[in-house]
Amino acid sequence: MKRRTFLRGTIATSMVGVAVSAGMLSPRAVLAAWPESSFAAKKVADALNSLHGTSAYTDSGDIKIKAPDIAENGAVVPITVSTGANAEAITVLVAENPQPLACNFELASNAQGFVSTRIKMGKTSDVVAVVKSGGKLMSAKKTVKVTIGGCGG
Amino acid sequence: MKKFIMIATAVAVIGITPVVTNASPEDDLKAFRAYFLERFPNVPLEEFANGVYAIDSASREQWEAIEEFPPYEIAIEEGEEIFNTPFKNGKTFASCFRNGGIGIRGDYPYFDNDTGRVQTLPAAINDCLVKNGEKPLGYGKGKLASIMAYMAYTSRGQVIDVKIPHDQRAMDAYDSGKSFYYARRGQLNMSCAHCHVDNAGNQIRADILSPGLGHVSHFPVYRSKWGGLGTLHRRFSGCNKQVRAKPFPLQSDEYRNLEYFLTYMSNGIHWNGPGARK
Amino acid sequence: MASKSIRIRANIKGDVTEVKALMSHPMETGLRKDKKTGEKIPAHFIKEVNAEHKGTSVMVAQWGVAVSKNPYLSFKFKGGAAGDTIKISWVDNKGESDTGETTIK
Repeated sequence: MKRRTFLRGTIATSMVGVAVSAGMLSPRAVLAAWPESSFAAKKVADALNSLHGTSAYTDSGDIKIKAPDIAENGAVVPITVSTGANAEAITVLVAENPQPLACNFELASNAQGFVSTRIKMGKTSDVVAVVKSGGKLMSAKKTVKVTIGGCGG
Repeated sequence: MKKFIMIATAVAVIGITPVVTNASPEDDLKAFRAYFLERFPNVPLEEFANGVYAIDSASREQWEAIEEFPPYEIAIEEGEEIFNTPFKNGKTFASCFRNGGIGIRGDYPYFDNDTGRVQTLPAAINDCLVKNGEKPLGYGKGKLASIMAYMAYTSRGQVIDVKIPHDQRAMDAYDSGKSFYYARRGQLNMSCAHCHVDNAGNQIRADILSPGLGHVSHFPVYRSKWGGLGTLHRRFSGCNKQVRAKPFPLQSDEYRNLEYFLTYMSNGIHWNGPGARK
Repeated sequence: MASKSIRIRANIKGDVTEVKALMSHPMETGLRKDKKTGEKIPAHFIKEVNAEHKGTSVMVAQWGVAVSKNPYLSFKFKGGAAGDTIKISWVDNKGESDTGETTIK
């Protein structure tokens, strides 16, 4: 059920997007869906609660996080999250960031459980990947060290 | 005699003997290369174009992730657009360079007999602008770096082949650059060679020091730290500041001569700019 | 539709299309101070990225300030074919937006 709602919502967004460029709607209408309180949350659990309605998750071995053990530069940390599960959403949080929620990816039914991006980390922290599948949350995490450079840094 | 004294002084100051006194540039190059190939026996000469990523697998993995879709691609496009946009007088950058400016990055740096100075590509770009009634650009970043990114990109894969003609002034420029490289400077009283020759591959706090061999091949460089593109002289300036030395102006003779020496030391390696680094 | 700020590559292998996009955007957190004035540089970041395949949304990304400057994004999906259009659009916190397109190769 959730998935159909997502698709319907997305078509509306596209149409709203077109309306924006045609000058008919103000941009604020398009951004109504942006989860402001989730991004403002200061704790992982609060961000997840706000974003997915629950912060209860099970640890899963079916979620792979590819991220460096030691980040070369905390401003640009390449990460990839992949899972074999039927993923409706993939959420990435950096536990020690002042606001842990980094990004959330809502996936259509034909999208694979795979996202890759580059994130900012303020200091050494767990990178937490949460996968929403069948309405439930699964999670994996990886510790990424962030250091102060000596000369390049 | 002047050459001998300069080299001997540099050697005495450092207390290491990486070069034979009264050596020719060719001898210097052989010694420089041999030192690094011995220090990093599993790294082929070619790979030194990738700097620290040739000698450290953990950071190489992150670099490869960034190279999947490197942020300097944006700058290459910007640079191409600026390069092809006519000046107010109707001419374009192509009119100032051999082969319309395509694939000619390797023509620089060279010793200009008329001006008696080392000519670099950024300087040539600004000469072109001024000659055509346009304002010169800043030498460290921005538009000029983007133009460099485009010109470096069209020259990727070509072999670095700096020539030092049998001309006393050219030899002096080369020696000046070489002395700079081996001379101590700044509050920390360190030379380029201390880090990038003696301690290449070692760590300074959490950074791994990149080898001097192949150092210039990938410029201009998108540094994660800068969040943008910068030129070789911008990097020289930053490095000088890091040992708490007063940096020289970008495109000053000091930095031009250093570029001349350093690029010659990478002869035989391929140009691979623009590059991405931390 | 040549975009100034979005570069996209879409390649199909078997039945899986992999899309990679690089966007040009400052992704300013709002926490940095201007070195000269001491004032905080206002937050300026992409909030939402919409990826469409032949006009149907495949992925919607919601981003905060912790996504890196000049952001990169990659995802995969099934049901594409060579020649299909992939469109990616973003909207930022200032209401600015951009759209880029490519075809699957």
